[in-house]
Amino acid sequence: MRTCAQSFDGLILRALGRDHGDRLLPRGLDITFCDQIFLIASGMIWNIYFAVVAVAAGFVLASGLAVAMGSHSVWLRRPAAGFVFLFRGSPLFIQFFFVYEALVLLPKAGIEIAGLTIDTAWTTRAWAGALFVLVLNTSAYSAAIFHGALQSVPRGDLEAADAYGLSGWTRFRRITWPTMLRLAWPSYTNEAIFLFHATTLVFFSAFPAFQQSGDALYYARYFADQTFNPFVAYPIIAAYFVLATLGIIALFGVVNRRLNRHLPKEVRRKLRIRPQFIR
Amino acid sequence: MFSFCVDPSTLSDWPWMACYLTTATHMAMYRSVLVVLALLALVAPLALGLGFMGALAVRSHSPLLSAPGKVYVSMVRGVPDIIFFLFVPLAIDQGLEYLLHNIRCPDWTEPVRKGNDFVVCAAAKLPLATSAPWVHSLYGFTLAVVAFALVFGAFAANTLHGAMAAVPRGQMETAESYGMSRGQAFRRIMLPQMWVYALPGLSNLWMILCKATPLLFLLGVQDLVYWARELGGQKTGLFAYPHPDWRVWYFLGVLIFYLLLTWGSQKVFDGLMRRLTRGQATAGGEAQRKAMA
Repeated sequence: MRTCAQSFDGLILRALGRDHGDRLLPRGLDITFCDQIFLIASGMIWNIYFAVVAVAAGFVLASGLAVAMGSHSVWLRRPAAGFVFLFRGSPLFIQFFFVYEALVLLPKAGIEIAGLTIDTAWTTRAWAGALFVLVLNTSAYSAAIFHGALQSVPRGDLEAADAYGLSGWTRFRRITWPTMLRLAWPSYTNEAIFLFHATTLVFFSAFPAFQQSGDALYYARYFADQTFNPFVAYPIIAAYFVLATLGIIALFGVVNRRLNRHLPKEVRRKLRIRPQFIR
Repeated sequence: MFSFCVDPSTLSDWPWMACYLTTATHMAMYRSVLVVLALLALVAPLALGLGFMGALAVRSHSPLLSAPGKVYVSMVRGVPDIIFFLFVPLAIDQGLEYLLHNIRCPDWTEPVRKGNDFVVCAAAKLPLATSAPWVHSLYGFTLAVVAFALVFGAFAANTLHGAMAAVPRGQMETAESYGMSRGQAFRRIMLPQMWVYALPGLSNLWMILCKATPLLFLLGVQDLVYWARELGGQKTGLFAYPHPDWRVWYFLGVLIFYLLLTWGSQKVFDGLMRRLTRGQATAGGEAQRKAMA
């Protein structure tokens, strides 16, 4: 029987590939409780990677999209609204499949642009392809939230900005955008949690796990299949997700307090967490 | 399907396509749309009922009822739903088999969990190994319905609980001053009024439910995703209708199906909201009254 220390050494970074731990995953009767704890924890690396990068990139894209949705120009408004409808109206699961199959169709030898050959093989890997889908998906959902918040920026704030002689980009950067962020933050926290939970779909849809390096759910299902016992692996991953969700709430709570720091105590909006999990 | 489909290799493009899209397997794919719709039709009322009971339990004064209600609601919300979709059917399956095993095979002495195997006697297998294939599919589908209803019941409980709390306090106070009991006030005052507050949340939930149906595929039900993968894959000359890898087009079709579904639902909910808002003491109701006048 392996000791817990051996399991830790062999498995804690296994999700990064077989060069980072045991070549073979524990199988059948060799599986110990510690194996399950550490390998599933190792898989969380991918969930966190997808969530952090997608939220960061999606935030920037969503801000742009939200402004485009509120724009007077039809040429900006229509495409932005269409993009948001496309990604909010269809299941993320199908989006993963569709994008994966589309990426597979890219020429294997690479694309030649102006004499340079651009390699395409990496696009079908989860770390790039799935991340791409997640970024687009979360920007669509966040853009809808930000757009709603932009609509409810108090007129008094904007009139006060005019009175101070602020206009254009300065007004947006110093008044509109921070107020939008403050109003949107509770919903945006939900969206971040929502996205974090959606990262479990990556290896479940089309994207294959190379060298058995997958996310937490990939390993949890591996253990449930190997031991025919769902009562250990799934509660472990559930506990990890509850802990990570509490972490997100704490982190976003700090930002929420900072965004609301100028307001008197009674007016401050408490962060109400109402996550919804499937997209 | 059509009379000219006897030898597909001789056909030109358009008749070939017509024949190809009406093969028996394609018909099975079109029927799988009905599976998705059947799931939606079954899960929606079940989840609503479960959610209603959950919301009542959370509101209850007795800690015996409110504690399990709160645990149920918060547990499902803190964990990715997909984990429940994987866990619940398996857990129910093993639980039922274990129960049947104890009833039908009392003289079985070996342990049920042998190492990594879960072994029950043949009479306790669900469904029985001798059952027809459709019983197996129906059993799988039922487990899927239960898993969906449990998860979405928790979401619905949360929404309905919020809606009950949103009914203006004055309404309930008036009911009390008329001498109504708690139950009477709930049935006559709160129940009819809560839906306008619940509808935005419930419509959101319906959208989420629609978008969760592809997860049926994970539970081994032959739904749209299954057929899209099955039929879209490359077919060599051995098949009657050889074609290259067309999965991307099949998934495009599935994507459009879901877009239409959510778009149509949105229209229905907008209409329903207009109906429910009529005569309500809300900003929406006020706006409707002004528009009529």
